[in-house]
This record gives sequence, C-alpha cells and structure tokens, in this order.
Amino acid sequence: MCLAIPAKVKSIDGVEAEVEVGGVSRKASIMLTPEARVGDYVLLHTGYAINVIDEEEAQETLKIFREMAEAEAKDSSN
Amino acid sequence: MKFISEYRDAELGKKLIARIQQRSTKPARLMEFCGGHTVSIAKHGLRQLLPPTITMLSGPGCPVCVTASADLDKAIALAKLPDVIITTFGDMIKVPASRSSLQQVKAEGGDVRIVYSTLDALKIAQSNPSKSVVFIGVGFETTAPTIAASVLQAEQQGIDNYYVLSLHKLCPPVVKALLDSGEVKIDGIVCPGHVSVIIGSHPYEFIPRDYGIACVISGFEPLDILQCVDMLVDQIENGQPKVEIAYRRGVKPEGNRIALELMDKVFEVCDGNWRGIGVVPGSGLRLRKEYQRYDAEHNFEIRPGEPIEPKGCICGDILRAVKTPLECKLFRKVCNPEHPVGPCMVSSEGSCAAYYQYGEGYGG
Repeated sequence: MCLAIPAKVKSIDGVEAEVEVGGVSRKASIMLTPEARVGDYVLLHTGYAINVIDEEEAQETLKIFREMAEAEAKDSSN
Repeated sequence: MKFISEYRDAELGKKLIARIQQRSTKPARLMEFCGGHTVSIAKHGLRQLLPPTITMLSGPGCPVCVTASADLDKAIALAKLPDVIITTFGDMIKVPASRSSLQQVKAEGGDVRIVYSTLDALKIAQSNPSKSVVFIGVGFETTAPTIAASVLQAEQQGIDNYYVLSLHKLCPPVVKALLDSGEVKIDGIVCPGHVSVIIGSHPYEFIPRDYGIACVISGFEPLDILQCVDMLVDQIENGQPKVEIAYRRGVKPEGNRIALELMDKVFEVCDGNWRGIGVVPGSGLRLRKEYQRYDAEHNFEIRPGEPIEPKGCICGDILRAVKTPLECKLFRKVCNPEHPVGPCMVSSEGSCAAYYQYGEGYGG
C-alpha cells in the first residue's frame, strides 16, 4: 500500500502536474511537493507526488554499490 | 525505467551478497517492517541468497492486514447505508470482515467503488451531489498526508458530501509495542522507505538508543535491500546500533515537512487498533474537531456489532513476526488468493500473499 513509483514531471498547472510513468502520462497532485519542477522525477503515491527524487544521491548510491562490489572482488581475490 | 532498472543489476547483486556473506559472523534476526519489502524480498529470492547467519522476519507493515476486524466492520456498516458510495483502494475490497466483505456488499447491490487516489473519490463526490461519498482511509504515514490533502481540497472546493473513515496507523509506536512485548528477538530493522519519505529518520532514534537495535531505512529494489542488510550487518558486527538512511535518493532526515504539516492540520493522534497486536497508544489518527464534518464515524450512525475473528487464521501471529505463513495450517490449503481466510492473503503486500505468489518455503 505504501507503493510509490518514480515519475517524470512533464508539465505543471497550479498543484496539478502531468507526469510520465514508463511512457504513460497521467495527472498527479504536487500539493505535497510544491518544489517539484518540470523535468524532475518524483515518487508518485496514490496520485500524489510525495517527494522529489534526489538525482545526486541516486548517482552517489550507485557509486557506493560499485565501490562495495569492487572491494568485494579485491577481497575475494586475496 | 529510470531509478528502477539500475537498482536491479544482477551482477552487482551477486557481489553485494558475497560481501554480506563474508562480513556476517554473528547471528542476526532482521525484521523488514514494510510489506513492500516483504514482497521485494520474496520476488527477488533474497531470503534464500542471504547467509545462514541472517534470518529475515516479516513485520506488521501492511496497512490492510493490520486493520482490525472491528474497524473493517465499520466500513461494511457504512457500505450498507442507503445513498452512500464507498470509495476504497483495491486491496480492501476482498478483505473478509466479521460477517461480510466490501466485495460481498457490492455484489448485494451496495455502491462500492475502487479508486486509485482520493482525487478520484473527490471527483465521484462532485458528480454525485445527492449521495454521500465515504473514503475508507487505510494506510500509514505515507498515505495519511494524501488523505489530509483530500479533506483540505474538499473544504477549498466546497465539496460537502465527502467523508473519510480514518483507520490510519502510525509506524514508530507499533515498533515500540512489539519490542516492549518481548515476544520476538530482533537485532536489526529494515525501516520502511516510503513511510520515512514523510517522517524522516528521527522518529526511529529511540530504537537503537533504548533497545540497542540497528536501524537502516531501505528502498525497495533488490540492490537497495542488499545495501540495507549490509549496513545492518555492519552495525551488528561492530556493536554500534544507530539509525542510518540507505534510501538516500528518497529520504531526508527531516522527512517531508509540508506533508507532515498537512497531516497535523487535519488529523490528531489517537489510539490505534491493530489486528493481532491490539490497541496501541498513540498509533492511530482521527480527524481533528475542525474537520469533523468530513469524519464518517461522526456523521453516520452505524452499529457494526461484535467483531468475529476468522477461525484458524494466524494473521495476528504473522503480523507480530511470531510465526511465518508456513506455520499456518490453512496456508495454501483452504486459504489462497482466490479464497482468502485472513487479510494477509488478500493484500498484495501481505506476507501470506507474498509467500504464496513467489513460492517462499519451497526447496528449503
């Protein structure tokens, strides 16, 4: 029930936004995320954007995964 | 899809598992609080891939599952009233209440409609001015702000035939209740990702401080969960429990302040009645006096009768992580998704439904 999926903001009209999820457009409320801008990715939950996804943190997490994996590869070869 | 597929990389996943296997030496019982995590763990087979030192336990984080029979009966009683349209998220409709389900009431002629969002419920209220539209408000802190927003929108738009049956639940108080009961030994908690988008990380701080239990907030993709387990293992191995955020692209320590403000404006904290756990102080939300005109319980006279629990169903024990679905005599026999006996088999994120769908428990 707490399912939320990443959606890209295509346009904004007041508190209503048009967002795209996997190529499909739908309306969403940005009442809880007034900071959302066109081009941002938001987490969409029951028709409401509940936050704006932090792109930098997303990249950082992927970098951490790769570093963890590399460290593991080194450890196993020792 | 961006922010999803890159967190499902199988090669990286294998390496993360190898890393966890190498670092985990102490037995660690980890509870994934959230039903969304239970589903992801089952779907990606993570339980079987983790080392034998790690035991994953499913917690009470499925809002539909933890809704008490007495509260479900209120929804049924409302659905039977004349000129009432019930609007609800899909998961609720098949849940057996004491004597019926919303699906059964619908089959008998009741007007019960599944909606994706409260925004749809508001539209139904606008197009049916002679009817009363009741939204069955089930959900945790993730969902409650969206319900609060719908009440404020009803007020702004002068929609006076929209009501909410508020059965919302709050997560940190029930974690405290579970830990205080001493029934389950837990070394670490996979904290709920989307609840934490709203509440942030601070409300969990009592867990490592007062109970010495490790806490990491996790996203929902398999790499997210493996990263979370790795961080929990690190805390447990080092004997330094604390609250950490693994799901950093989604969760800020302070949460979503606007959502919290909206929630606080419309709702006040009350006691919550949890299936299998009982009444937990300060774990529910009810509409504030200023918004009572939108409160279904306040505006309709209903007599739901005494609640009856489904016979032989151990959903309560499963929600407290005392038992797993495999220990239920009804599981996969009389209880299945077509004929669910209890709510944990109905909700897509219920433990029983996840175990059933993804074959958990087969092959050891």
